[in-house]
Amino acid sequence: MTGSVRLTEGQLHAYVDGLLTDEERAHIEALLSADAEAQAMVGAYRAQNQALHSLFDGVMGEPRPAAMDAALVRRRGLVLAIAMRSAAAIMLIALGGVAGWTLRGATQPVPQYNFTEAFVRYATSAHLVYLPEVRHPVEVPAKEEAHLVAWLSKRLGQQVQAPNLTGVGFNLVGGRLLPSGYGPAAQFMYENESGQRLTIYVRASENNTPTETAFRFAHQKGVSMFYWMDQALAYAVIGQVDRERLHQVANVAYQTINP
Amino acid sequence: MDDIAAAVAEHIPRLRRYTRALVGDRDLADDLVQDCLERALSRLHLWRRHGDLRAWLFTILHNVHVNAARRRNRAPAMVAIDPAKPQLTDPGLSVAPVQGVGLELAQLARALQQLPAEQRQVILLTGLEGMRYEETARVLGIPVGTVMSRLSRGREALRRLTSGGGEGGQPRLTRVK
Repeated sequence: MTGSVRLTEGQLHAYVDGLLTDEERAHIEALLSADAEAQAMVGAYRAQNQALHSLFDGVMGEPRPAAMDAALVRRRGLVLAIAMRSAAAIMLIALGGVAGWTLRGATQPVPQYNFTEAFVRYATSAHLVYLPEVRHPVEVPAKEEAHLVAWLSKRLGQQVQAPNLTGVGFNLVGGRLLPSGYGPAAQFMYENESGQRLTIYVRASENNTPTETAFRFAHQKGVSMFYWMDQALAYAVIGQVDRERLHQVANVAYQTINP
Repeated sequence: MDDIAAAVAEHIPRLRRYTRALVGDRDLADDLVQDCLERALSRLHLWRRHGDLRAWLFTILHNVHVNAARRRNRAPAMVAIDPAKPQLTDPGLSVAPVQGVGLELAQLARALQQLPAEQRQVILLTGLEGMRYEETARVLGIPVGTVMSRLSRGREALRRLTSGGGEGGQPRLTRVK
């Protein structure tokens, strides 16, 4: 037991909530390693956050009450998009699960990311770099899909899949291996009949990644993406299409991976 | 117009999740979200001047919640839940596959409802909704320092409440200064 703890509560909470820069985080982790009490607090608080997700993420998948739909429709018609979104959200909730709800004794100082930020950034860059490529958009073409998937799975250390998007009009062009800033990543490219392209960017989740139970949306450099993470892999569906359309594609991608 | 309504719709699942956790009751929560929604949709012209739609919606929701709590006989919002109904948290419990784990989740759900609403708000906006402390402060209309102190007190209280009935081994209360 060290009597003199240098961590402030503010630092401790910011650490728990993943709101620190790399530098700050390293600093806190150094302090934490010598402070069992603070470690216990970090473990407990982090477990609380996870438990809150386990308890309440399910709400996000509940069908929207008719009154809310009516309010939106009164505003203007978007019934279609709404119905589809609710259905897909339910699928995601199953993933939520109980992401390690161990309130007691969870003392390991788990590094918080930046993982998400880096993931979004690399996924965006990869998309922008390879999208306009005419002659070499991919390393391995779709006709060798089995080989492509086996190869990428081996490199990523996880069973990866190239989601089947034919249902929404996009065919696999192929894929390639890429850096992610933390290790290997995979990119799959898709194209529809009119030549519009999408990419899917995949990498292994960081250790201890809390299962993210919902799609998240990011928009950078004119590129939109929906992404999600589970304890094995993080996926992003990226495109320069409108948000509704992209959301629809992401849903389909998710469902083909998690039937 | 379509775009804006769609953007608002995008946030409804989060608004519902937060409100359910905040008030512990499905119908009450959805009523509040409904109010929030109607208000937001009829005031979209006000939003254009601000940037962050999520923060704006949560701010409206917060105001709706405060007003509703006031209407209910000046009763503090924290007593507006029925302690005889821990099953309110069903959606969460139903996904807990491990025996014993569900109990702990239920324990946390109950503990959460025992906190003052103002601590619950901060815990949920940061821990569940993932807002930065400054954002939380803006949504609730309080200084960041207040967010931090409520967060500290609330989390520590939750920890106490959830470790009280269980096995020992966890230090009861640690103070970090």
